[in-house]
Amino acid sequence: MRHIISLLIENESGALSRVAGLYSARGYNIESLTVAPTDDPSLSRMTIVTYGNDTVVEQIAKQTDKLIDVVRLVTYTETPHVERELMMVKLRAVGSQREEATRLVAIFRGKIVDVTDSTYVVEVTGDSGKIDAFLAAVPSEQILEVVRSGVVGIARGESALKV
Amino acid sequence: MEFSGAEILFKCLEAEEVEYIFGYPGGAVLHIYDALYQQEAVKHILVRHEQGATHAADGYSRSTGKPGVCLVTSGPGATNAVTGLATAYTDSIPLVVITGQVPQAMIGTDAFQECDIIGISRPCVKHNFLVDSLENLATTIKKAFHIATTGRPGPVVIDIPKNLTDPKVRIPFEYPAEIEMRSYKPATAGISGDIRRAVDLLLSAKKPMIYAGGGVILGESSSQLTALSRELGYPVTNTLMGLGCYPASDDQFIGMLGMHGTYESNMAMHECDVLLAVGARFDDRVTGQIDTFCPYARVIHIDVDPSNIAKNFPVEVPIVGDTGHVLDDMLAVLSETNRRPDPEPLSQWWDQIKSWQAVNSYNYDRNSDLIKPQYVVEKYCELTEGQAFVTSDVGQHQMFAAQFYRFDQPRRWINSGGLGTMGFGLPAAMGVRFAHPDAEIACVTGEGSVQMCIQELSTCKQYGVAFNILNLNNGYLGMVRQWQEFTYESRYSSSYVDALPDFVKLVESYGHVGMVIDKPGDVEGALREAIAQKDRLCFLDFRIDTEENVYPMIEQGKGHHQMRLNPRRSEFS
Ligand SMILES: Cc1cc2nc3c(=O)[nH]c(=O)nc-3n(C[C@H](O)[C@H](O)[C@H](O)COP(=O)(O)OP(=O)(O)OC[C@H]3O[C@@H](n4cnc5c(N)ncnc54)[C@H](O)[C@@H]3O)c2cc1C
Ligand SMILES: Cc1ncc(C[n+]2csc(CCOP(=O)(O)OP(=O)(O)O)c2C)c(N)n1
Ligand SMILES: [Mg+2]
Repeated sequence: MRHIISLLIENESGALSRVAGLYSARGYNIESLTVAPTDDPSLSRMTIVTYGNDTVVEQIAKQTDKLIDVVRLVTYTETPHVERELMMVKLRAVGSQREEATRLVAIFRGKIVDVTDSTYVVEVTGDSGKIDAFLAAVPSEQILEVVRSGVVGIARGESALKV
Repeated sequence: MEFSGAEILFKCLEAEEVEYIFGYPGGAVLHIYDALYQQEAVKHILVRHEQGATHAADGYSRSTGKPGVCLVTSGPGATNAVTGLATAYTDSIPLVVITGQVPQAMIGTDAFQECDIIGISRPCVKHNFLVDSLENLATTIKKAFHIATTGRPGPVVIDIPKNLTDPKVRIPFEYPAEIEMRSYKPATAGISGDIRRAVDLLLSAKKPMIYAGGGVILGESSSQLTALSRELGYPVTNTLMGLGCYPASDDQFIGMLGMHGTYESNMAMHECDVLLAVGARFDDRVTGQIDTFCPYARVIHIDVDPSNIAKNFPVEVPIVGDTGHVLDDMLAVLSETNRRPDPEPLSQWWDQIKSWQAVNSYNYDRNSDLIKPQYVVEKYCELTEGQAFVTSDVGQHQMFAAQFYRFDQPRRWINSGGLGTMGFGLPAAMGVRFAHPDAEIACVTGEGSVQMCIQELSTCKQYGVAFNILNLNNGYLGMVRQWQEFTYESRYSSSYVDALPDFVKLVESYGHVGMVIDKPGDVEGALREAIAQKDRLCFLDFRIDTEENVYPMIEQGKGHHQMRLNPRRSEFS
C-alpha cells in the first residue's frame, strides 16, 4: 500500500543524506522524496512517498523518526490530507499539435509556460493520478521531456505539522 | 581567557569527566596531540591500531557504564575505527569518537588523507557531526556526549577539520551546562495505563517467562529486574547481551536462551503464555525461526527505542521507556495491589521447567583425555567465584564462556553480540583494566580471533596492563567448522588455521608470560598461577579438543522446541 510520510528535519548539511541513506540501507522503497526549507529557515519539510504493508510502513516511520535530526513526523495514511505534485512537460508543438495541446492543457487546468515555434512547456499540478492521466492523454511521440517534483502533502483541517 | 579548538576539546572532555582516551596520532590531529601534551586532566592511551582504540574504549564503557572516548586521525585512522563503531552500534554502547579531518578549505579536493568519514560511518553510528566552526565546537561535543549516553545509547563521531584546532585561532570558552535538542527527546517513563495493563497480564499468567536483555544493563536496572522477578517468582532467561543482569546463581535463573541457550529456557519460551521482554530486541539468534517463536505467548515489551518494539514480533503491551523507570513503576503498581500469581499453576510450571532442566543440555564429557573448553571456563569461574570481568571474541569459545561462566553481576560479561567482531576481546580487556585497576580480568578467546588484534599486546606492555588471556586453541575457526560439520557434510573449507604462531614465544617477545597447557590435569594449576600473577599479562594457550561442538543448538530454520542436543549426552556422567 502507498503511504505518505511528512516530516520536519533540522536544515543542516547532510540531513537529506541521512534519510536517503536510511532508506537504501534498510531496503525501503521510496517512490518520491521532496525537500525544501520551511518558513522557519532552520527547518526543512520533507515528504516521502513509500510502499509497504502496515507493519513495514510503521517500521519505516519509526526508523525515520529515530534519526536524530528529525524533529517531527506524521504518516498521512488514515488522516484526510491534500497532496499535490507539479509537473513540467515539454511537448512537440507543430501544426495541429499546437491546438490539440492547448485544448488538453485547458481540460487539465494546466498552463503553457514556455512557447517556441516548435515546442510548448506545460505545467500541470494535481495529485499523481491526474498527472499520470495527462501524460497518458498526450500522444507519446509528442512528449520530449518530463520533470515531476514528487509529491507534497498536508493534512486537512486543524492538525498542523509544526514545532 | 581565549583557547584554541584543541584546548577547548580537552576542556570539554574534562568537563565530561573523561579519564582516558584511546587513540593514535596523525597529520589531521597534530594540533590536538600538541594540546594533549600540555594538559593533565585526560590520560591518553596509545594503541597499536585504531580498531584497538575503539574496542578498548568500548570495553571501558561496557564495564563502567560511562562513555568510551577515542581520538584518531583522518583517512586511514578514521576508516580503521569503523569496525569498532559498528560493533558498539549494534550492541548500543556509548562511544564518542573524535576523528581529525583535513582543513575546511581542502574538504572535497581529494586532499591527502581526506575521506568522508561522516558518509562512511553514517549507517553504523547513532549520530555524527562535522564541526563547522570553532564557535560550535563546545556545543557539538556536549551534544555528542548527550546523544551517546541517553535513550538507546550508541557511538557518536565528531569529525573536526584541522584548521579548527589551530593553536593560533583562539576564542573564549564556555561549556554549556545543559543541552536542549528539539529533535531529540528520548522517552524515559512509560505510559501508566500500559504499565498497569502489563502488571495485570503478568499476574494472570499460568506459564510466565521473563526474557531480559542488554537494555537492563544499559539502563542500570538489574536490581529492579531482580526485585520484580523475585516478587513474582517467575523464571528468568537472559540473552547473550543480558547475562549478569539477573544473578546466574539464583534458582529462578534458567540460563541463556536462543541458538546456544539452555534447553529449558528455549522450551519455556516455546510453551509460555505470558512473556515479559525487557530491554531485549528479539534478535534472530534468540528467536530462531520466527513463525514458530512463542506461539502461545501474550507479549509485554519494554524498550526505550520504539522502533525495536513490534519490529520482529507482534506485541500486546508495548511500553516505550527506560527499563529502570518502567520496572520501578511496575514494582510500585505491584506493591499497591495484593493480587499475587496463582501459586498452583506456577508450581506446575516450575515442575515442567525442572523436567527440562534435567536434560542437562550443557553437559559435556568430563572424563575425556583431552582438555574440554567447557572445563577451562567452568574451572576459571570456580576459581574466581564468578566475580571476574570476562571479555570474549567470537566463535565457539565465546559460547562456552557465556554458557559456563556464571555471571552474578551486570557489566562483567563483555562481548560483541550483535556484530560478532573477532578481535574484540583483547583490546576490550585492556579497556576494562583501565577502568578497574584491581579486578580479576580474563579474555576468553580462540587462536583465530586473538590474532585479529594481537598487536595490542604491545600497548599492554607499554602501560603495564595485566590480565589473563585464556586461548581455547582448537586449531580451527571452530564455529565455522561446526557449521560445516552440521550443514556441509564436514567439508572444512578454509576453517583450518594452518601455521599458527608459537603463542608462548609471541607473547614473550611482547614482554608477557606465556604457557602451553595440553593436559586436563594441568588446567587448574595453570589457571591458579595466572590468577596469582597480578602484575603480568599471562597468555594461557590451552590445546583443547579440536572437534568439540557447542551444544545445544537451534539450527537454521528451526524453532525453540527443536533444539539439537549433544548426541553423546547419555554417555556423560
Ligand atoms: C556466535 C554468536 C552466537 C550467538 N548466539 C546467541 C544465543 O544463543 N543467544 C542469544 O541471546 N544471543 C546470541 N548471540 C547474540 C545476538 O546476536 C544478539 O546480539 C543478542 O541476542 C541481542 O541481545 P539483546 O536482545 O539483549 O539486545 P541488545 O543488543 O543488548 O539491545 C538492547 C535492547 O535494549 C534496548 N535498550 C537499551 N537501553 C535501554 C534502556 N535504558 N531502557 C530500555 N531499553 C533499552 C535497546 O533499544 C535494545 O532493544 C550470538 C552472537 C554471536 C556472535
Ligand atoms: C571479523 C570477523 N571475521 C569473520 C567472522 C566469522 N566467524 C565467526 S566465528 C569464526 C571462527 C572463530 O575462530 P576462533 O577465534 O578460533 O574461535 P573458535 O570458534 O575456534 O572457538 C569466524 C571466522 C567474524 N565473526 N568476525
Ligand atoms: Mg579456534
